[in-house]
Amino acid sequence: MATYVLKRLGLALVTLWLLSVIVFFASQVLPGDPGRAILGNLAAPSAVAALDHQLGVDRPLLVQYWTWVTGLLHGNMGTSYTFRAPVEPYISAALVNSIKLAALAFVIVVPLGILGGVVAALNYGRAADRVISVAGLSATTVPEFVSGIVLIVVFGVALKVLPVSASAGTGASAASQLQHLILPAIPLVLVLFGYIARMARAGTIEALNSDYARTAILKGLKRSVVIRRHILRNSLLPTITVIATQTGYLIGGLVIVETLFNYQGIGNLIFKAATSKDFPMLAAGVLVIGVVYMVATLIADVLYTVLNPRLRLGGAE
Amino acid sequence: MTDVVAAPAAVVTVAHGRGELPGWRLLLRRPTFIAGAAILLFWVVCAVFGHIIAPQDPLAQQLLATNKAPSAAHWFGTDQLGRDVFSRVIVGARSILVISVFATLLGTVAGTALGLAMGYLGGVVDILAGRIVEAVLALPLLVVAFLFLVALGPSPLTIIIVIGFVFTPLIARTVRSAVLVERQQDYLASARLLGENRTYIMFVEILPNVLAAVLVEFTVRLGYAIFTVASLSFLGFGVQQPTPDWGADINANYGVLPAGYWWMTLFPALAIASLVIAINLVTDSIEQVLAS
Repeated sequence: MATYVLKRLGLALVTLWLLSVIVFFASQVLPGDPGRAILGNLAAPSAVAALDHQLGVDRPLLVQYWTWVTGLLHGNMGTSYTFRAPVEPYISAALVNSIKLAALAFVIVVPLGILGGVVAALNYGRAADRVISVAGLSATTVPEFVSGIVLIVVFGVALKVLPVSASAGTGASAASQLQHLILPAIPLVLVLFGYIARMARAGTIEALNSDYARTAILKGLKRSVVIRRHILRNSLLPTITVIATQTGYLIGGLVIVETLFNYQGIGNLIFKAATSKDFPMLAAGVLVIGVVYMVATLIADVLYTVLNPRLRLGGAE
Repeated sequence: MTDVVAAPAAVVTVAHGRGELPGWRLLLRRPTFIAGAAILLFWVVCAVFGHIIAPQDPLAQQLLATNKAPSAAHWFGTDQLGRDVFSRVIVGARSILVISVFATLLGTVAGTALGLAMGYLGGVVDILAGRIVEAVLALPLLVVAFLFLVALGPSPLTIIIVIGFVFTPLIARTVRSAVLVERQQDYLASARLLGENRTYIMFVEILPNVLAAVLVEFTVRLGYAIFTVASLSFLGFGVQQPTPDWGADINANYGVLPAGYWWMTLFPALAIASLVIAINLVTDSIEQVLAS
């Protein structure tokens, strides 16, 4: 068990290093001349060269990468080109906002997705199953901004019951903040619902067809007891892993939803950094997203092992 | 010896030849497949003949008739520059379908070749490619695409290359596991004993037998590609104005949504929704038929 966690942690560190290389080269090297990008086409070559020197981008690549990585390890993620200030306060504030939105989406979608999947499985092959499966699949494949626009048109413009913008303003009460976050959370819920329901359905069908479920039914236990005690416990195991890996999709979705609803989260931050060519901000934001995603996957793997007695009690070796 | 070699190969081809015809009939019996295929066909016709079907020029600006609500003259209303939204939705089917299909094709062709190599050659190729798959999967597709589009500059060609590049390892993984199953079959041992070279074995012996897996993977990925292409053009990284494009048109007009001008964003949004749902109905039907 401990060896397994350590091994997973080691692999995660390797992936993290690879990730830092990809992010560094995509955001710091490929764009060419940052000084030119900041100052524009009309700036004098000497001014560009001076700025490049000041930013340190005229040094050899390996030196630049080394400075960047050692800076990261010391908690220094770089200086934003746009704000002329360290990026950390912007990143952490945006991350807090994104976590609020993501948490709301998860609180809604996890029980809903599991319920949908279990109901579909219990009605296997019948109309309810087909409706939940096809609707879930369709909801998953509709891009977040498409469902977001339909929601804005219906609830924000036609019915005028919910605010169209996600940010409640500074000093707003928790209830008001929640009200503003409902519309942006629903597109994320729709995309995640299909995945979670599909997994919960497959797990439940498998458990329903198992010998222990048949035995439990044959020995005369009530259907509700069989479902609660014998089936759900086994069927939800794979679902937990899926929920954690969905964090990746969720972050991609945040870029879209936060842009559509103009919400100051990490997705909106990297989008704005990208369009204004603020590469240190972009690199830091993408790296933070990668780390969050990896931590979520790591937790999922460990949780899966902890919850599965066969793996927990040493079967894993 | 020759008889032993010929027999399994013949059985395999016959089984496939017979398997395909009832497969198509089974598909045509599914209402979900019919509905999905009909919507898909509609958009393909729009993509090919859009300029003929559209009632008005999608680029023509009528500056005296901007922001007009849907009416008999303009079924879907007009946008902020007075362009006919209905015509733009019809013609806009082209860019998203072309970009998505080419991106998926690129990923499928490269991924199938890589998957065949990983599965059949194994060893270093397999390990190396496996690591790259892991690294690509460490970031959400949209964020990877986004990072490279910023670095390389936004254009439809960049989108095709980036999505194709990200799909390659994902498709390779599926093809690899299908190839690993095929490796156990007798016909491969026979082919090896006959002294056929590796490339011939991979592309002539194995490929036809994993084509079903490749087809399913293509349709599934096409759905993801449309999702991603639409999202990227909504963010402004795809087709640029004034070319009609659903995502780009939504990007250009969603700012006036709170002011009540809903038609210029809602109709392209519904077009995207209908397209992705149609693809999924088709994919789901194909998967169900292949599974049964």
